[in-house]
Amino acid sequence: MDMSFTPEQIAFRDEVRKGLREIMPERIRKKAELDQSFENEEVMEWHKALHTKGWSVPNWPKEHGGPGWDATQRFIFSEQLELGGAPALSPFGVSMVGPLIIQFGNDEQKKRFLPDIAAGTKVWCQGYSEPNSGSDLASLKTTAEKDSDGNYIVNGQKTWTTYAQYADWIFCLVRTNSQVKKQAGISFLLIDMKTDGVTAKPFLTSGNTYAFCETWFENAKVPKENLIGEENMGWTYAKALLGHERTMVAGVGISGRMLLRIKRMAKNTLRDGRPLLEDPTLRAKIARLEIKLEGLRMANYRALAGAQLGHAPGPESSILKLRGTEIQQECHDLAMEVMGHNSLSWFNEPGTVPPRQEAIPSNFNYVRAATIYAGSNEIQKNIISKLILGLPNG
Amino acid sequence: MDFELSDDQKMLVDTVQSFCKKESPTERLRKMRENPIGWEKKIWQQMGELGWLGVAFPEDVGGLGGSFVDAGLIIEQLGTTLVPEPFIPSVALAGSILQAGGTVAQKEQFLTPMLEGSESLAVAYLEAQSRHTVTDVQTRAEKTGNGYKLTGKKRWVLNGQGADHIVVSARTGGETRDTDGVSLFVIDPGMKGVSVNTVTCMDSHKAAMVEFDGVEVGEDRLVGQEGQARSLLELSLDYGATAACAEGAGIMQAVLSMTRNYLTEREQFGAKIGTFQALQHRCVDMFVETELGKSTATMAMIKIAAKDANERKRAVSAAKSQLGTGGGFVTRQGVQLHGGIGVTDEHDVGLYFKRMHILSALFGDEEFHVARFASLPSFEEHVATDPLAG
Repeated sequence: MDMSFTPEQIAFRDEVRKGLREIMPERIRKKAELDQSFENEEVMEWHKALHTKGWSVPNWPKEHGGPGWDATQRFIFSEQLELGGAPALSPFGVSMVGPLIIQFGNDEQKKRFLPDIAAGTKVWCQGYSEPNSGSDLASLKTTAEKDSDGNYIVNGQKTWTTYAQYADWIFCLVRTNSQVKKQAGISFLLIDMKTDGVTAKPFLTSGNTYAFCETWFENAKVPKENLIGEENMGWTYAKALLGHERTMVAGVGISGRMLLRIKRMAKNTLRDGRPLLEDPTLRAKIARLEIKLEGLRMANYRALAGAQLGHAPGPESSILKLRGTEIQQECHDLAMEVMGHNSLSWFNEPGTVPPRQEAIPSNFNYVRAATIYAGSNEIQKNIISKLILGLPNG
Repeated sequence: MDFELSDDQKMLVDTVQSFCKKESPTERLRKMRENPIGWEKKIWQQMGELGWLGVAFPEDVGGLGGSFVDAGLIIEQLGTTLVPEPFIPSVALAGSILQAGGTVAQKEQFLTPMLEGSESLAVAYLEAQSRHTVTDVQTRAEKTGNGYKLTGKKRWVLNGQGADHIVVSARTGGETRDTDGVSLFVIDPGMKGVSVNTVTCMDSHKAAMVEFDGVEVGEDRLVGQEGQARSLLELSLDYGATAACAEGAGIMQAVLSMTRNYLTEREQFGAKIGTFQALQHRCVDMFVETELGKSTATMAMIKIAAKDANERKRAVSAAKSQLGTGGGFVTRQGVQLHGGIGVTDEHDVGLYFKRMHILSALFGDEEFHVARFASLPSFEEHVATDPLAG
């Protein structure tokens, strides 16, 4: 047994660091260093910069523009980005619809959609949840009915469509058959956001930003060429996608960066004239969180070593989302505590609070979504209970 | 990065598993309460013959030349049925001191017979005031003409009641809490002036309160350099903590499994109680902590051999602290989900609960290891690490 990276992997990590420093625009680097939030245009600028290196779609096969990295290299790459505070790319094209098109799309669709996703020239969003279909996603009601030419007429409402206000395209789960078991009547459609009848309206989130939207479809006409795979197979495709990149969901780099940030803040915050980081009670709090993260990292390494050998995800990989998102929230809770009175307000005039603290109050709110999206943690527990522990159905 | 068991390791795990089932099922622990030392020499002998005691020691002292990962895998399996033989005090605590600090002659005399299973060892390091600080030692060793004379009281000596030799920490210089001035000696329980009083711990294991009243030993019984025992003792307790994490991982798996089975059998309100979501989610929480416990125990088993003591301490402290929180959670919830029967001596789950408490309390508890983790240079160095800066 061995928990260290090989010399080749260490060299790869150094190459990644060097490459990232080279291509990172100065404006983004400055913000990253100070843990500041990024605007959508900065995220896209960074996406394009990564693309110049061939690094924008690390999880794609080489033939579609991926760098041809193995599971461990992808983990190392992603962790370096996260630890460095780089802008996180929108996952909807790169990690979701892209791999789904690669797996289930036809050649025409691959040619049409993949290059724009890789280059960051088209922005995607996800149309899964509906106002009455959250955790019970398969109950979704947005319909796609065929017209006389075989094209689809889509009607309904999607919600929590993150960054739909910036998106060029949306991938949707739609009902094409209501006469069968709910999972068996769902299809996977790609819809141009400029289609007549498609409207997106952003929610003001509790973090005081506009992150996700409500998106309406009123007789929106979608060409039949935009159907992925076979009609009524959408649920199967969406589920297959859930199995992708299970080793990335823990966010150990994100939380590692947050811990670094917490320590830096605590070092520069005084209490009774001494750095707060010297306070043994606070140190113990930080240490307990760091220890939790070490446990998660080890579980992540175990999952990764299994994936590297091509094994199916083991039981340890099922805890990564669950524990990873809890830790992300705890990091923000602790960061707010360290900020003290600086945590009372947000979006202040520059100079009101240290730059490193500026984004935290908003993120402290928005990070609540982490335990809700991508299958709420309670749904994750239902799945583990059934599939891993084999506990009986009610 | 590789966490696959080798074929040899898989075979080892299988062998230990079937040994536990056949020779030492959980029920045996209750029978051992009647045994004056709490374990059986014939089983220990077998473990020695199978090579388990020496698996992590080099061949020149009678070991198999493996790593502590191998030992950890054995201890983890022994934990699943609560095998009471003194693996931790004898192999992890005393074995590591003798291997790291003993002379060739001392290894031959004390270590090899233990690894063969014909003898067992103990370490007497705790005193009434010492808590987890290895250098908080009042027992004194005065220099005599050709050796030392030990006087003092040691407490909670694991396997002190069964050991053929006991490694004792005693002060050869300095004051009670000085970090220097502590030395280690091997004494025999039969020596004049040694008194051993056996106590039964709540996990059905036994330990001893050992007193030394002017016990005379020769210079050949000093282990390591005089006055410099601190790093040997820290190393020894880290081996103990790592072994505790391994055993704890076995315990968590056993408790999770018996709880899961109970939820699928027990009926209330006309349904299996495992259909109730509140209980399902609790069981999943137990599963999460068990997986994390397994992961951190593995980390400690690998890092215990790190050349850099701080790297070792960081991993061991993280794992031992996780054992305190996660192991405590799993065993407490195991009892809770069994309901009333879980609070009886009749049901096994309580035995695991008690053993987990003992493992959590020994070799530095959660609070100690959190504080140690936060005091290591890595805790502050983290502040300077930024892969994209500069």
